[in-house]
Amino acid sequence: MRSYLDFEKPVAELEAKADELRTVAEETDSPAIRDEIAKLEQRAQQVLGELYRSLTPWQKTLVARHPLRPHFKDYLDALIEEFTPLAGDRKFAEDQAVVAGFGRFRGRAVCVLGQEKGNDTDSRLRHNFGMAMPEGYRKAVRLMELADRFGLPVLSFVDTAGAYPGIGAEERGQAEAIARSTEACLALGTPNVSLVIGEGGSGGAVALASTNSVLMMEHAIYTVASPEASASILWRDSGRAQDAATNMKITAQDLLRFGIVDGIVSEPVGGAHRAPEAAIRTAGDAVADALASFEGLSAEDLRERRAAKFLAIGRKI
Amino acid sequence: MSWISNVAPKIRSFLKRDTPENLWVKCPESGQLVFHKDVEANLWVIPGSEHHLRMGAVARLKSVFDDGRYEDIAIPDVPADPLKFRDEKKYADRIRDARAKTGMPDTVKLGFGKLEGTDVTVGVQDFDFMGGSLGMAAGEAVVRGLETAVERKTPFVMFTASGGARMQEGMFSLMQMPRTTIAVRRLRAARLPYIVVLTNPTTGGVTASYAMLGDVHIAEPGALICFAGPRVIEQTIREKLPPGFQRAEYLKDHGMVDMVVHRHEMRATLGRLCRLLTNAPAKAA
Repeated sequence: MRSYLDFEKPVAELEAKADELRTVAEETDSPAIRDEIAKLEQRAQQVLGELYRSLTPWQKTLVARHPLRPHFKDYLDALIEEFTPLAGDRKFAEDQAVVAGFGRFRGRAVCVLGQEKGNDTDSRLRHNFGMAMPEGYRKAVRLMELADRFGLPVLSFVDTAGAYPGIGAEERGQAEAIARSTEACLALGTPNVSLVIGEGGSGGAVALASTNSVLMMEHAIYTVASPEASASILWRDSGRAQDAATNMKITAQDLLRFGIVDGIVSEPVGGAHRAPEAAIRTAGDAVADALASFEGLSAEDLRERRAAKFLAIGRKI
Repeated sequence: MSWISNVAPKIRSFLKRDTPENLWVKCPESGQLVFHKDVEANLWVIPGSEHHLRMGAVARLKSVFDDGRYEDIAIPDVPADPLKFRDEKKYADRIRDARAKTGMPDTVKLGFGKLEGTDVTVGVQDFDFMGGSLGMAAGEAVVRGLETAVERKTPFVMFTASGGARMQEGMFSLMQMPRTTIAVRRLRAARLPYIVVLTNPTTGGVTASYAMLGDVHIAEPGALICFAGPRVIEQTIREKLPPGFQRAEYLKDHGMVDMVVHRHEMRATLGRLCRLLTNAPAKAA
């Protein structure tokens, strides 16, 4: 069963027509009908391509949040072998909003951190919709410290609306946990690469994405606050989320131009959710390239380059 | 146009000039009215209720340094309005108004001087400038403050106050979290103390970066200190929050700040901490 976003209506109509003809073709097969189906399908691909070449920031927000968009688990299954998850922050609890462990990426051992939103009611609840508690960030710190000690690179996959805003999270120091996790990224003596696969939501994202290289999927977004939250702060009206999305420059293309992210991973025509395997394969290549570019650098060089890169952001626009 | 629309603004401005608002300050806790001059002389603490009002950056710097004297450290210029942002108002206009209102280029002010005889570098975030919001200018100022402390080999004391990110600068605002953290790390590498004084309110990205990375965390009584604000949490969980939640005393009980210090004791506390952490001789009696 296909699913379409509102703005994909022209594509939906074309594909529905092709489906209709296919039903007809089952009864009365004719070269003319087959020809017509092929034309419709071609046209649908063309329209889809045009739509996705010029998505508005709000449309990208919808694509980035698409329920069928590949999540961290999909990247993990396709890119990491021998994944061995580790649990707990050794202080309070295990938080499944951040999945973390060690595994093999293209043959080499790495530390992997990822925010997982889940894809059905059970898994969404288990992963708290990808919104981490302090324990999730403290687990990330714990693993980054291990990676540092054992000389392993860190790959982080970012996909969160933000850190969880709740009583328990505040009580246990959500702000401190985020600050320490950001710091752990910056302190790492091995290369780290982050990839924003869907939503990069605020401090909850930067805590895992203060890395040597920050990549974004072509239709991912990265925000100081979600469009809805931004709208309620700026216009006291969360209904103006579209305006916030437009004005706040949250797309991979804008952020690359500003020097805030280092690279963009192209998605298949129609977005990663239409061809997850291809999207993840391309992402894997981009991550491998980024890692390779830090090959042979000393711990001190890696820290200095990372620091210099972030300090340069905004100094020249 | 009726006569009233002509006269009313004049009455209003007349009333405003002589309204007790300018002469009296009302305590938000007890409701008592206190003479403006008395509150100012009392470091903006209401006598009796001991409620700590917000304090401007210049008054704060004067309250910390010996004889109120310090060297002003200029904050670096940053590119203005990177997103050409407009909400209900143009961001460029908001900045202009805030500068006119406060006389400051942005929310953070830096000073260098002696505190009970010890050289210190001090940063103050002024809530009156666009809610102390963290944008490029504030981030760059905090970085400069920390760098100054490293250059001059002094402790760094940062008074925080912030409603959170400067939304009008989008992701440039968020990037101040790693940027300031890098500067904090350099101060640490130089083995110089970093003392954070959390004042009312310290929230969002400021709390989640340089405000929670101090060697010592001091909070002013009653200060709201949080990542997510109480309103956001209430909307998420649809419950009223417990009394005292996210206040300075609550954070101390939960291990996030070292001490809650009355403003009258702040200077002495900072002086003592700086001397102890740098192994400097005790203050002469």
